[in-house]
Formats: sequence, C-alpha cells, structure tokens
Amino acid sequence: MTEPVLRIEALQKNFGAVRATDDVTLDIVPGELHAIIGPNGAGKTTLISQISGLLAPDAGTIRFAGTDVTHLPVHARAALGIARSFQITSILPRFSALENVALAVQARSGTSFRFFGRAASEPELNEPARAALAETGLAARADVLAAHLSHGERRALELAIALAMQPKLLLLDEPMAGTSHEETERLIALLQRLKGRFPIVLVEHDMTAVFALADRISVLIYGRILASGAPEVVRADKDVVTAYLGEEME
Amino acid sequence: MAALPKRLSTGDAIAITVFAVLAIFPLLAKFGTEGYLLALVTRVMIFAIAAIALDLIVGFGALVSFGHAAFVGLGAYAVGILASHGITDALVALPAALLVSALFAFVTGLVCLRTKGVYFIMITLAFGQMAFFTASSLAPYGGDDGLTVRMRDTVAGLPLLRSDGALYYVAFVCLLATFALCRALIVSRFGRVFRGARENPMRLAAIGFDVFRYQLAAYVIAGALAGMSGFLLANATNFVSPAYMSWQRSGELIIMVVLGGMGTLYGAIIGAAAFLFAEEWLSELTEHWKMIFGPLLIIVVVFARGGLIGLVFGRGRHD
Repeated sequence: MTEPVLRIEALQKNFGAVRATDDVTLDIVPGELHAIIGPNGAGKTTLISQISGLLAPDAGTIRFAGTDVTHLPVHARAALGIARSFQITSILPRFSALENVALAVQARSGTSFRFFGRAASEPELNEPARAALAETGLAARADVLAAHLSHGERRALELAIALAMQPKLLLLDEPMAGTSHEETERLIALLQRLKGRFPIVLVEHDMTAVFALADRISVLIYGRILASGAPEVVRADKDVVTAYLGEEME
Repeated sequence: MAALPKRLSTGDAIAITVFAVLAIFPLLAKFGTEGYLLALVTRVMIFAIAAIALDLIVGFGALVSFGHAAFVGLGAYAVGILASHGITDALVALPAALLVSALFAFVTGLVCLRTKGVYFIMITLAFGQMAFFTASSLAPYGGDDGLTVRMRDTVAGLPLLRSDGALYYVAFVCLLATFALCRALIVSRFGRVFRGARENPMRLAAIGFDVFRYQLAAYVIAGALAGMSGFLLANATNFVSPAYMSWQRSGELIIMVVLGGMGTLYGAIIGAAAFLFAEEWLSELTEHWKMIFGPLLIIVVVFARGGLIGLVFGRGRHD
C-alpha cells in the first residue's frame, strides 16, 4: 500500500462528558475519495475541524505529508495544502466571486505584504481564479458579489476557493447540504472530475452521492469508527446497517 | 465596501474636490478673514491625518480603536521632549515621532489584536489611558500642565515652518501623502487580505493567511500616521499636553470618522472639518456647545448611515 497522505492516530476530543472523537485512527491514501458518514452528532465535523486545525485534539496525532501537524494553527496547515469547505458556507460576502477566489490564489503566490499595486488587476491572480471559477461552473458569475449568489452557487464558490489553493488534501464538510436536486447532480459530476487529482475527505449525508463517489467509506458513530472499507463492504456490514444505514437507505 | 471599483471612482471625484479646495484655500483666506481661519483649517488637516489613519483600521478592518489619540500625543511629545533638550529640527523630530508611535502601536497591538469586538475597544482605551497618565506624570516635561514648545521645528536648519502659510502647506502635503498611501494600501494585496479579515477571519485562515500579522501591520501604520499628525499638532500649537491623549480625544477622532462616512478615507477629512468648525462656531454661541452638537451627531448617524458623504450623495450603506 502507498504511503498515506494523512495519518490520524488515536485521536481523542471531548466536549465535557461527550466523547466527540473517540480513539479515531484513520489513513487517507493518495488520490482516494474517502467518505465519512454517520448520524447527526457522530462527530464528523469535529473530526474535520481537528484535521483542518480549527479544533485542537485532546490526545492523538495528525500527520500530513510526513509532518506532524497536530499543533499547527489553521493558516499553517492551509499553507501546507490542507483546504476545506465548511458545513455552513464560509465566504467573503462583500467580495466578488472572482475576488474570493483570487484571494486564495494570492495566498499561494508570493508575499501578500505588498502595499502598492492594485491586486484586483493582477493577471497572475485573476487568471487562475477565473480557471477555478470556470471549473466549478461559475465563470459567468465572476463579478457578482458573493452575497448575491444563490445557495448552490455559494457552495460551488467555496469549492472554487479550495481548488485555487492547489490543495494536497481537500476536506469537504457536507458540500451538498441544502442544495437543490440539479445542483447536487452538478456537484457530484464536479467531484467525479476532481477525484484522483488530490485526496478528498467527504463528509456527506446524501448516500447517493457517497456511494457514487467514494473509494472508501468510514462510518462514525458516537465519535468512534464503527467500520471502514470499500463501499460494498460497508454497505454489507451488519453493524452499520443496524446503526445507521438501515434508516438512511430505505 | 461593496462594489469597490465604482465606489472609488465616485470617491476619487470627492477626494479631488476636497484637496483642490484645501490647496487654494490660503489664497481665498487672504481676502477678508484674518489668520485664525488659516490656523483652523491647518488644524482640520492635522486631525484629518489622524482620522484617516483611524478610518484605515476601523472602516476597512473593523478594528475600532478607542485609544487612537495616544499615538497623536506620542508624536507631539516626541517634538516637545526633543525641543526641551534643544533638538528642534524636523529631520530628527519627525522620524522620532513616527518611530515612537509605531513602536507603541506594535507593542500594544501585540496584545490588543488578540481580542475582538468590545474587548478590543476596551483594551485600546486602557492603553490610551495608560499613555495619558504616563504623560501626566512626566514632571520634567510639565506633567499635567504639558509643555510649551518655544518655536517651530526647523527643517535641516532652515526655518521653513516659521510662517503659518508654510505650515499650512506642510500639513497639506502630509495629508495628501496619508490619503494616497492609505488609498493605495486598501486596494493592494495587503489591503485585500486586511479587508478580507474583517469579512471572515476564519475563511482567511482556512486559505492560509495568518490574519494577526496583517492586522498588526495595519495597526502600526495607522499608529505611525497618527504620530505624524501629533508632530504637526505640536508645531502648530507650540504646545504639548497630556490632554492630546485623553480618551475624549480618541472619541472625537471616532466621531470625525463616523461623521464623514466610515470606510471612505476622504470622509475622515470632511468629518474632521465638520467637527472642528462646529466646535469653533457653536462654542461661540454657548460654552455648552456639545448640547447642540450631540443631537446633530445623532441625527447624522441615525439618518445617514454613510455619514455626511452618504447624506449628500444619497448612498445610505446597508451593512
């Protein structure tokens, strides 16, 4: 087996008496799309937040591309190539769609301690940004303020921002939440295209999407990994069916 | 902040008008009115420098500093203290004023910028008061009473600031430079990160920016510019006092920014002018001039959220 990109070992996170992450050990290998599923409150977002650095684990280690990132702040992990989307869309509402993405390009392109020159007219920032917008189907909406985009478009914008970061690992926290049926279809197609370029960790409730996209699935229940493996294996797992899939799949 | 390019082009027209009026004002003032009007407008420009610096961090970074007058005072004290030791050249005093205020901004910024919202307001206020009380207790430099700066600074030994007209144009150039610098800054790469941090700091961190460093840099720049304003103030008034650093002064700077129109830069100039002219004229009517000014301020804030600029140009802001 290839060397994992992300190696999570014995991760532990408690909120008071609640074990949000309970001894989670997980490897993400290059190019895979790894889905994390489980009922509400299973600790999926908590896990993602510990990988991205928003939350500090109580115990355990997170290694990314060979470096121990367990105690690195969010921006340092982002600089290493960990990109994420949020369950509740997180964009800059009063920036245009293009500027939202150009800022992510800027984070990857030289120093931002540049006090002169108009950032909005730098082709080296705008061109990659336009490419990322085109990839997510937002090319025609480049100059619209992010606040004026539809919900589905904002979800796509978040993906464009992540793409512009040239990620080495992409964490997606329920990208399909609240999107219309057509938008979900479009997002699945987009993720299908992105698959393989970089490893993706996908937290998602939409089982159609999960089983269409995932190379491997981990089932999280009460902060613990109940089962982990190929979709067929997980689908057939008796414990998983009783605990979670039974109600979701009917 | 919405639709930045369009906004700036309207803004540029206003800014050019403002600077054109200021540039020819001394020529107009020669007809009729006496020198006090020239001194008053000089004062407007000096406070406008500090107000623009404040607008940079408040209007574009949502960092509401309630201790901004401390930087003005530090710049003024740099002039006063140097003068009391016989150093009266601007080539020393101005860099000293910039350096001292920038250093104070850096050290206090390291602490203040760890906090957000109301806590940021309170802690900047606390640091401002610390500076105020420190200045009040400087017995060798006048303590509570402040100290008189006997004559204006020379420039490389030449008495270039001696005439009021010359000081006026020095203040004008400093104001223009401050405006041009801040305007360039907000549209630069740096400014984009700084503006983004006010919109959504979590998103900025998630794409790889250490927001704190950018806010600290902006805070230091704003502090240094206010220090420059203090340098000019000491030269204009021939006097340095702890009152320059009082929290009331910090509040007045915030009023100037809000009154003119926050997040526009040029609004700070209009706000400074409106405030100082109101102070001048209303205080002639009654010593309780703030009884009149207070309600006026409330009316502007309630009915014109974009400040006086918004009132005139009908651009109420919806944020």
